[in-house]
Amino acid sequence: MLPLSGERQDAKGIISDKINSIDTLRGSSTVKRGFAHMLKNGVVMDVTNVEQAQIAEEAGAVSVMVLDKLPSEVRKAGGVARTASIRIIEEIMDSVTIPVMAKCRIGHVNEALVLQETDVDMIDESEVLTPADELRHIWKWDFTTPVVNGARSLAEALRRIEEGASMIRTKGEPGTGNVAEAIKHIKKVNDELRMIKSIYDSGDNQELVRMAREFKVSYDIVEQTAKLGRLPVVNFAAGGIATPADAAYLMSLGCDGIFVGSGIFNSDDAKERARAIVLATTFWNESDKVKEAQKMIDERQSMLGLDVNTLELRMQDRGGSA
Amino acid sequence: MSLTVGVLSIQGDIQENLVSTKAAIDELGIDGKVIAVRTPDEISQLDGLIIPGGESTTIGQLSLVNGSLKILKEKIQSGMPVLGICAGMIMLSNTANDRVVGKTDQPLLDIFDIKLERNSFGRQKQSFESDISLDSIDIPKFNGVFIRAPSVSDVGSDVEILSKFNDRIVAIKKGNVIGISFHPELTEDTSVHKYFINLVNDSKN
Repeated sequence: MLPLSGERQDAKGIISDKINSIDTLRGSSTVKRGFAHMLKNGVVMDVTNVEQAQIAEEAGAVSVMVLDKLPSEVRKAGGVARTASIRIIEEIMDSVTIPVMAKCRIGHVNEALVLQETDVDMIDESEVLTPADELRHIWKWDFTTPVVNGARSLAEALRRIEEGASMIRTKGEPGTGNVAEAIKHIKKVNDELRMIKSIYDSGDNQELVRMAREFKVSYDIVEQTAKLGRLPVVNFAAGGIATPADAAYLMSLGCDGIFVGSGIFNSDDAKERARAIVLATTFWNESDKVKEAQKMIDERQSMLGLDVNTLELRMQDRGGSA
Repeated sequence: MSLTVGVLSIQGDIQENLVSTKAAIDELGIDGKVIAVRTPDEISQLDGLIIPGGESTTIGQLSLVNGSLKILKEKIQSGMPVLGICAGMIMLSNTANDRVVGKTDQPLLDIFDIKLERNSFGRQKQSFESDISLDSIDIPKFNGVFIRAPSVSDVGSDVEILSKFNDRIVAIKKGNVIGISFHPELTEDTSVHKYFINLVNDSKN
């Protein structure tokens, strides 16, 4: 069962249709959030071309995310990072059977509309690209295609869900090969969930109202989330995951699945590493299998990685205050 | 005797099926439990199994890795009831064709002799919910949630059709094995899970 069935009455993304005189509903919360539920316990891999997408599918990825450049290359290149070439997205959609996602800039409504029209299966409104609106994210209730957003805290996650996000992921620090920030973000979300759950269990409504004000979200979503004790949508880990052990650790912290960005196709053993990260994600609670997965990769081939304390560009801070 | 029903926990919406199955067992008042299973040992203890929704390529490849695919096939052939949901139905079929890519080379259990098409209704934007009926198993109305769903265009003589949506077959049964294209675990209606639990109960007693 889906944990929440909150639907806005003014959600323009919902399409009431008839297929041969049978009433159908597309773009409802059940259908959009339900898609994310099918990805659970799986790995979504960043890819830049058909060859990488096929390697990902063969390795057992549940979906691929199409970018023009991997996050680490975006970091090196500088300039403005935008949504990927539509032609490449379409080529990839024609060559793999698993779902295909693509990123748009934060707040860039028309990049998202272009991706929806392209028929990608999910849109990632992503801090890896250069934000187009510093104040507002996209109003995702207007989209039939589900959208995933990054979050560093429970407040950020709930703000995105109130805007219609069908899935949440940690932001981490993309393109660094450094998992520390993703760990920090999921632990913060978990701590805050525990806190509001204990407030809810104690029946202190005044404190819940205060939390809603602090989080800058409605009381309703805080109350529903507190009651559940978890986010009302699927929550993945993302940002800096480079090894099987990284993936297993994030799964053990309660993440529903894993996004791997630069970690795979920036390494020199992409094929083995893709497979190894899938194995470690599936069998995260069987230490012998995680060890076998870790053995499949060579640390000397791992991406070198970056210290997050000395970065000039902190992608995770983009769109964070909105 | 107490029933043990498993949910194959390789990939997909495992937790949702555990919740729906638990609710079904409780509503029926049957003495039984539902557990997440993955290893050949765990699978061999089961009275019934649900293969959840997810990505069939991922579930197939990974259940091949740890040897669970082989024991699964043996258990099903010896009569264990199985409910395959979406990816699970694909896993139970003998061949799979993708609407765009064509024939796929993926590990399958080869139980249903059917003509199955993956992503049959289109990509996610075309995913939908709609009322369907499974009259032959006394579920006249059910909210079918179809997510990048497969459908069946033709069945072998030993496969029974339980439901059609717009001329496409979306629920089938062969002996104790059921395949459905839609996701009852994403709704609060437990009638499909209850039907399955009764099937498991009947086959055990």
